[in-house]
Parts: sequence; structure tokens; C-alpha cells
Amino acid sequence: MEPIVKLTDIHKTYASGEVKVHAVRGISLDIHKGEFIAIMGASGSGKSTLMNTLGCLDRPTSGTYSLDGINVSSLGRNERADIRNQKIGFVFQGFNLLSRTTALENVELPMLYAPRRVSAKEMRDRAMHALEIVGLAKRYDHLPNQLSGGQQQRVAIARALVNNPQVILADEPTGNLDTKTSVEVMGVFQKLNDEGITIVMVTHELDIARYCKRNLIVRDGIVVRDAAVNDRSFAAEELLKVAEAEAAAKLTHALFPHANAED
Amino acid sequence: MRVVATTIIALRALRRNKMRSVLTALGMIIGVGAVIAMVSIGNGAKSQVEASIASLGQNVVTVFPGNFTSGGARGGWGSASSLTPEDALAIQNEISGVVAVSAEVRDRQQVLANGLNWNTTIYGESPEFLGIRVWALADGLMFNEAEVRSAAKVAVIGQTIADQIFSGTDPIGKTLRIRNIPFKVIGVLSAKGFNYFGTDQDDAVIIPYTSAMRRVSRRTNLNSIQIQAVTPEQMPRIQQEITDLLQQRRQGRDPDFTVRNQLELAEAATATSRTMTALLGAIAGVSLIVGGIGIMNIMLVSVTERTREIGIRLAIGAHDRDIRLQFLIEAMVLSLMGGTLGILVGIGSSQLVSHLNGWPVLVSTTAVIVAFLFSGAVGIAFGFYPAHKAAQLDPIDALRFE
Ligand SMILES: Nc1ncnc2c1ncn2[C@@H]1O[C@H](COP(=O)(O)OP(=O)(O)OP(=O)(O)O)[C@@H](O)[C@H]1O
Ligand SMILES: [Mg+2]
Repeated sequence: MEPIVKLTDIHKTYASGEVKVHAVRGISLDIHKGEFIAIMGASGSGKSTLMNTLGCLDRPTSGTYSLDGINVSSLGRNERADIRNQKIGFVFQGFNLLSRTTALENVELPMLYAPRRVSAKEMRDRAMHALEIVGLAKRYDHLPNQLSGGQQQRVAIARALVNNPQVILADEPTGNLDTKTSVEVMGVFQKLNDEGITIVMVTHELDIARYCKRNLIVRDGIVVRDAAVNDRSFAAEELLKVAEAEAAAKLTHALFPHANAED
Repeated sequence: MRVVATTIIALRALRRNKMRSVLTALGMIIGVGAVIAMVSIGNGAKSQVEASIASLGQNVVTVFPGNFTSGGARGGWGSASSLTPEDALAIQNEISGVVAVSAEVRDRQQVLANGLNWNTTIYGESPEFLGIRVWALADGLMFNEAEVRSAAKVAVIGQTIADQIFSGTDPIGKTLRIRNIPFKVIGVLSAKGFNYFGTDQDDAVIIPYTSAMRRVSRRTNLNSIQIQAVTPEQMPRIQQEITDLLQQRRQGRDPDFTVRNQLELAEAATATSRTMTALLGAIAGVSLIVGGIGIMNIMLVSVTERTREIGIRLAIGAHDRDIRLQFLIEAMVLSLMGGTLGILVGIGSSQLVSHLNGWPVLVSTTAVIVAFLFSGAVGIAFGFYPAHKAAQLDPIDALRFE
């Protein structure tokens, strides 16, 4: 089967200022439908640069990139915008929702920029459906500042989903979240991946990377390790464990109210 | 172009910042309001001047005596005394396109009746005078040609005289003494009030010019001759022909008369008010530009402040032109909203001025339409640069913007 994403010898050099920064130095990568990849690596190793290239936000200095059979490395600014709209869903570390705009309107946003006009009713229906998938349908009229970080990130995932993209790209989606909320978000990703959606994400945390199926390690702009995850974590199980632990803690506290104080 | 979607986006963005939107539009509101108010007041003044000019009569050409110089002392307009009833007759007989000619002798005199007296202007006129000035009779009759020929002692009086001398009683048939000569009142003029120049047009007694010359003022010359032309277009020709005719009648002597036509007077008066309107309009126009700069300023701030939003939109698939259109529409909506409110404010404030000061105010539809279109144009002109700046942003930089 043809890969959805095919990167061939991608280089990216930043020429701003006196020093040239060679952020990506020859990455070749195939991503197939249904994969769930975590990209890891030290700070400054070129992960975000690679993600921006994958997301058609930036053009590689050299190398070819074909997405869903289209050679996107040669496309112009607006053509790449259409590719981003139709074939890619973005989830950012900082959520990047429009402030003072309801969850529903945020999720509708990609449809407003669709090359084909979408009727108001269809927009609303599809946005509500996407919110249902991430479990936030009830909060559709809430503003971002009325939602927790995890909920905001779920709205962002709904927005990434709404145009049925080929691949969802997430640059440190759990970077601003606590452990439990991170696991919840990973649970949403796992559920989407189980339904066949391809996901590529960047993370610093090994624990989080273990929810994925394949891990890449990038160092100084090259992929130094590319392996399948053996001992994969499952969010549903982990959340259950966390819930049990919490219940146990509560029980302990109830039985021995002064237990901690004496330590 | 995704115009509908972009319009929705722009309106949503404006709704998110209601207070700021209103404050931004305030510059336009004041600018357009000022334009509308100024132009309305200017137009009102102009129409009043025009009405006053019209009150001087219809298509009137007037001959005044010129200046008379004696021993180096120049007498000024009217000092020459050579305008005669024969000149008036010659004009009547020899110039075509003339409807009516009235010889005029004016004098101020004390009039009395009923033991009351009053100082007023005595108009010695021909019977055609009322027609030329478009003055109407409220009661009675105007004197006729025969009464002029016989220098009859008859008078037509204005409303002020009727009030002051005859105080309420019917003056027709009563006797009015002018320099102790009894005149019989045969008609009363309708009230006209004060004119633009501040004179009470009802403070007048009209008698045959022959009576004025022989009995009241004891003189042989006229103060002026008023000629009514058939159409306004004929006035310049008639003016020229009268000049030639009178010149010829004076057989080579220096011209001692001036011929004016009403259009010149109207022109001069309306030119002043036109200049005023243009000046006020220009000042108001400047405030519109200032309003536009206000919009540009806020739009620029808004673009910087919303860099991240622009980054999100670009990342999600917005084209350059979607972003440009969004900010242009925002600027347009702001300025048109300002324009519309400004028109209302302008109309309101000019009505208020008219109410408080009693100035005449005339809101012109043209001014309203021009102001509306102009405010839209200001929105596009001053919104373009910020919109262009927003559209040129790089999505990655914009997303990274703090
Ligand atoms: N716009 C830019 N101009 C110049 N240099 C850049 C630019 N963007 C990134 N770089 C450089 O490219 C290199 C890779 O950056 P990149 O953001 O891809 O790292 P990263 O792996 O995402 O790091 P982190 O984990 O901290 O997010 C860094 O040395 C960075 O300084
Ligand atoms: Mg990064």
C-alpha cells in the first residue's frame, strides 16, 4: 500500500542572521495509513521543523514531500493552505483556540475556509459530531476561558478532525497539561487511531510516547532511531489505575486521617 | 472568494470587541456628523439668501443713478440726479422683452392719521411695481395709470402702517397725511415680515411716483427704474440695451447711471454662502480623514494583537485574500457603521441648532449619500494597509507570536 506521507531526503536550513542553522539534515520517512507515531528528541533537535514541513506550513530547503500522492513541496502558498485545510489537522501545545469564541464556532473554523462552500447547517452538524467524538458536545457553547486545559485541547482535536484529514499532526499536545489530563488526551488520540486516523505527534515525555505505536528519535536533524513500541500503554487502563489509586488514597485518608502528618 | 463566510468571520470578530468597535467608529461618527451638520447649515443659509434675493422681485433689472462729481468731490452712487421718468418711458417703449417698468422715487417721511404718527419709507411707484416685486394686496386696490397721470393723492399701505397708525380698524377709505397732504388709503399689502437684510418689508407706503415727485418730495429725478424681463435669460441682453439706450439719450455725456441685474446680486450673495459651505465642508472633510486614520490605527493595533489568531486561521487553511478581506470588511463595517450613526448625529445636531438658534437648516440627500459612500471609501482606503499587513504574515511566525 502507498504511504500517505513520503518524505525523501528532506533538508531545512534557516538563513536568518549571520549563522545558518541546519535544522533538518536529510530525513526520509514513510507514514502509512493508520499509524500513530511519536517523534522524540532533545530541545533544538529539529522536531518542530520537521512537523512544520509535514504540516505544509513551511517548505523544505531541499528534498521532496508527497502527501496522499500529491507532491506538496512544489506548491504555492494558497495551494498549501488548501492542503492544510483538507488533508491535515493540527493540534498545538498551546491549544490555539480563538478566544471569546465558542467551542462550536472554533470547531466550525476549518469549514469556513474549505475550498467548497459548506452550508451553515452542515457546518453546525459536523462540528457537533466532532465535539461528540471528543466528548464535549454538552459544552458546545462554552468559551475557551470557561474550559479546562484538557477540555480546550479536546476542542482543538475536534477542530483538527472536522474536515476528515488524512493525518493529524500534534506538536507537544500534552506539553501544557498535567499527567492525568495528558492521559485523557492520549485516550482520545488512541480512540481516533483505532478508527483508522493517522496521527503524528511530538513529545518530550517517554510515558506519553508509549501510548503511540511507533517512536522516532531525532538528534541534530536526523532520525537516529525508528522503532515500534512493544510495551504499549492504553489510556483506558491507565485511567482506571489512576482512579483506583485515588480511591485508595481517599480510603487511607479516611481510615488514618493523621497518617501523613506523623511522617 | 469566500465572501459570505469571511463576512461572518469579520462580524464575529467585531462582536467580540463591541466597546472597541464603537470607540473606533466614534471618529467616523463625529467626522460624518460634522460634515452633515455643516453642509445642512450651509445649505440652509444659502436657501435663505436665495429666498431674499427672490423677494427683490422676479427677473428684475434696475437702473440706479450714477455718481456725480462736483469740484473734485465725488458724490457716490445715487448722487447724480439725471434719471427721469422720460428715461423710464423710453425703456418701456424701445426695448423688447420687457414686461413692466416702474419708476421709483423713495423718501422717508413722517406720516400721520388718527392723531398717531410714524416715520416710514414713501415709495413713489408705477402701478406695475407690485407685479415686479411680487407683492400681494391683502385688501383694496393698487392705483392705476390714470391716477399716476393725474398725480392722485392715493396710497397703498403696508401691514406695519396699518397696525401702527390705524391700529386694527379698517384703513381702506381713511385719510393718511404725508407732509400734511391728505392721501386716501385705497389698498393694504399682505404681511411679508423682515427680509434677509433685516428690514421690515411691511413698513411702507406706496403712492404714484408722480404724486411723490410733485407733491411730497418736490423733485424731478428718480431714485431708480425697475424693469422686469420676460425670462431670466433675457436679463443680460436687456441690461446691455438699457445701458446703450440711456447712453444714447445722454448724447456723449459721461454715463451717470448704473444698470444692475438681479442675477449679479444673487450671484454675489450665494457666492459668499457657497464659500462658507465649502469651507465648513472642507474642515468637516478633514475630520473624516482623521476618523479614517483612527480606524487605521485601531486596525493596525488589532492586527498585531491578533497575530496569533491570524496564524491559526492561516494554519487552518485561510488564503491571503481571506485574511485581507476579513480585515477590510471589519474596517468597512466600522466605517459604514460610523458613517450611518454619523449621518443620524449630523441630522440630529443640525435640527437642534435650527431649533435653538432659529437658523434655517436644509439636510440634502446628496450630502447624506456622499457622506455614506465616502465613509465606505475611507474604510477601504485606511483599512487596506492593515489588512494587507495581516495577509502577508507567515503562519509559523504568527503562531509563535506571544
Ligand atoms: N525560524 C527560525 N529561524 C532560525 N532558526 C530556527 C528557526 N526555527 C527553528 N530554528 C532553529 O532550528 C533548530 C531546530 O528547531 P526546532 O524548533 O525544530 O527544535 P525542536 O526539536 O522543536 O525543539 P523543542 O523541543 O525545544 O521544541 C533550532 O536550533 C532552532 O534554533
Ligand atoms: Mg518544538
